[in-house]
Amino acid sequence: MEKAKKRQFGIIATIVLAAVIVLGLMWATATANRNAEHQDTLARVEKLGRIVWGVKADTRLFGLMDTKTGISQGFDIDIARALTVQISKQTGVPMSAEFVPVSTASKMQLLKNTNIDGSVSTMTITPEREKIIDFTNQYFDAGQSILVKKDSGINSIKDMNSSKYTVIVVVGTTAATETAKFAPKAKLLAVQDYATGMQALKSGQGQAMSTDNAILYGFATENPEYHIAGGTFTHGPYGIAFDNNQKPMIKETNAALATIKQNGIYNQLIKKWFSHVPGLDWRSLEAK
Amino acid sequence: MVTLGIFSAFTPQNVLYLLGGLGITVGVSVISVILSLIFGSIVGIIQFERLPYFSTFVGTINNIIRNLPLLLIIFFVYFALPKIGIHLPIFWATVIAMSTFESAMLAEIVRGGLESVDNGQFEGARANGLSNMQTMVYIVLPQAYKKMIPPIISQLISLVKDTSLALGIVLSEMTYRGQIVYAQNSTYIVPVLIAITLVYFLLNYGLSLLAKWADHKLA
Amino acid sequence: MALLQNNFPTFLQGFGYTLLSSIIALIGSMILGTGFAIMQIVPQKWAQVIGNVYVQVFRNIPLLIITFFFFLVVSKYVKMSGFTSGTVALMLYTSAFIAETVRAGILAVDGGQMEGARANGLSFGQAMQYIILPQAFRIALPSLGNQFINLVKNSSILAFVGGLDLMYQGNMVAANTFDTFSTYIIVAIFYLILTLPLSYYIQHLERKLKRAL
Repeated sequence: MEKAKKRQFGIIATIVLAAVIVLGLMWATATANRNAEHQDTLARVEKLGRIVWGVKADTRLFGLMDTKTGISQGFDIDIARALTVQISKQTGVPMSAEFVPVSTASKMQLLKNTNIDGSVSTMTITPEREKIIDFTNQYFDAGQSILVKKDSGINSIKDMNSSKYTVIVVVGTTAATETAKFAPKAKLLAVQDYATGMQALKSGQGQAMSTDNAILYGFATENPEYHIAGGTFTHGPYGIAFDNNQKPMIKETNAALATIKQNGIYNQLIKKWFSHVPGLDWRSLEAK
Repeated sequence: MVTLGIFSAFTPQNVLYLLGGLGITVGVSVISVILSLIFGSIVGIIQFERLPYFSTFVGTINNIIRNLPLLLIIFFVYFALPKIGIHLPIFWATVIAMSTFESAMLAEIVRGGLESVDNGQFEGARANGLSNMQTMVYIVLPQAYKKMIPPIISQLISLVKDTSLALGIVLSEMTYRGQIVYAQNSTYIVPVLIAITLVYFLLNYGLSLLAKWADHKLA
Repeated sequence: MALLQNNFPTFLQGFGYTLLSSIIALIGSMILGTGFAIMQIVPQKWAQVIGNVYVQVFRNIPLLIITFFFFLVVSKYVKMSGFTSGTVALMLYTSAFIAETVRAGILAVDGGQMEGARANGLSFGQAMQYIILPQAFRIALPSLGNQFINLVKNSSILAFVGGLDLMYQGNMVAANTFDTFSTYIIVAIFYLILTLPLSYYIQHLERKLKRAL
């Protein structure tokens, strides 16, 4: 190309590309605004005939990946299945349950992004979260505890209020924020998932791992040299989460939850997953 | 006790599960390298042509992408893009993030490759009546690509390694699946880490030998 | 912008740790990398083998796995934090690439110079130190600069092991505010403050070197 032609092409191409970028940004902002508007979860799952549940893959008892099937197994998964069946009955629309593994750090984002419809993933109901997403009634009663080595001499979270102690937590959990209230001097180490957290505890990166007692019981069954010290110091029952302002979906799910608690399915699942956990009074978890 | 742990981690189903993860790792890498070869070539040619303003403009964007951590781009594509209505499944989010990043890297390689082609070839081809476009497509690019094969293979090696970063967004690739396996039982950690390290090494070392061989063959 | 204001100390702390980790890893990997580069070209066969194996192993496995290995396994025996594990892993990983770069630099120095120096009575080590290495580094400078940029970018791996770096703090802010879009853009700008000027300087160096040739 001659110089003048090249110059002309360069200028035009620059303008075109710049225009594309500007228009792209404008379109993006417009879509962002439109997406901020309401999308009804119940209408979506009824239309598609499936509910995509976010579940854990690294948490014993609640959601642990079965490497044979590629699907997580645990209390959360069974609850989600039972709820899907019950919601299908209530709405008269047959729906299947699908499962997507989520990490603690990612599940809120996935809900907001509608990658998943709902989340049954050991999620504590908190006022902060309720501002952003919707919760059903509680489906499991839990509270925060610490897991320590049996011979560590640590008897409760209060013993750890010193800068020589490090408490391991997982990014995005309630434990990450609550621990600082009970042991403000202790250092915090936030990791991406529980499997890494437990490994980090075992390799001495911290002296305790803190999260909900129910999750810690799972680790204590597997690692007999560790135990839960000092009971729970917070009370934070789990709820099933949906995106913000999903009243119809919440209503259906709460109704389904009440039904499976009444007809005994819920208690069967509690017995299936928690009756063999040492040190846990599983009967207290049953629906009355 | 220790030996028991080493072997009990590798039940047939766990091995199959890990190999499935390897399949995803390789899948992501290969698709990304192909996509980034296409986009990287376009950007590389634009920079090589030195079009007034345009090349600088594109070059600046390219430089910005090249100088960001891949992990950040992955998090951005998966966690931030949905805010503007772009929802991607984990697999494709990873592919897009890696392709964007690698395109920027490959653009530099393409530009370098083109610059290494002798200037006389352009003039010769032009003298023989080929158009600018034809010269590029039939004469210059084939020679440049030949020289670029080794660096492209080393980019593929980087991709295979970097796919492990997608564990941050729970892509079910080999490193993530390794974590899942040692979540079953924490004594599995050492054997599992060693096993997946070995698989990565064999795959990438094989690729690097291929790059070396190609280098000799083409030189 | 309110996001930046509210979390500025957090981002700044992350920026500091990223910088600290990068500098420590840079110094360490320069020393190790040069060492292994020389091992690969000394006459002794055993040293060549060790140098080669080291470089091939660390070049071909993911940095994330090396980091996990230090964070979860090595730390059982030698106490180290996430920051230390990540930085050590980063150092070992980068040193393999630096070894390759320095080796290429040494090989690019005219072979006759080594013979000349040896003929003038210098030992292999002296010839290396005073004659060959200074030239090799000058030739390798642009590639070394690129390795440093990669190192800064790769330090984001610390986020996986609670390394307090920029990426880690960014994730924490994103998890607390849910404003992923702005958070990650701010994190990107902080990274670019480190890498972009360096990248332009290297391009400038490359052009200068090309003209000199």
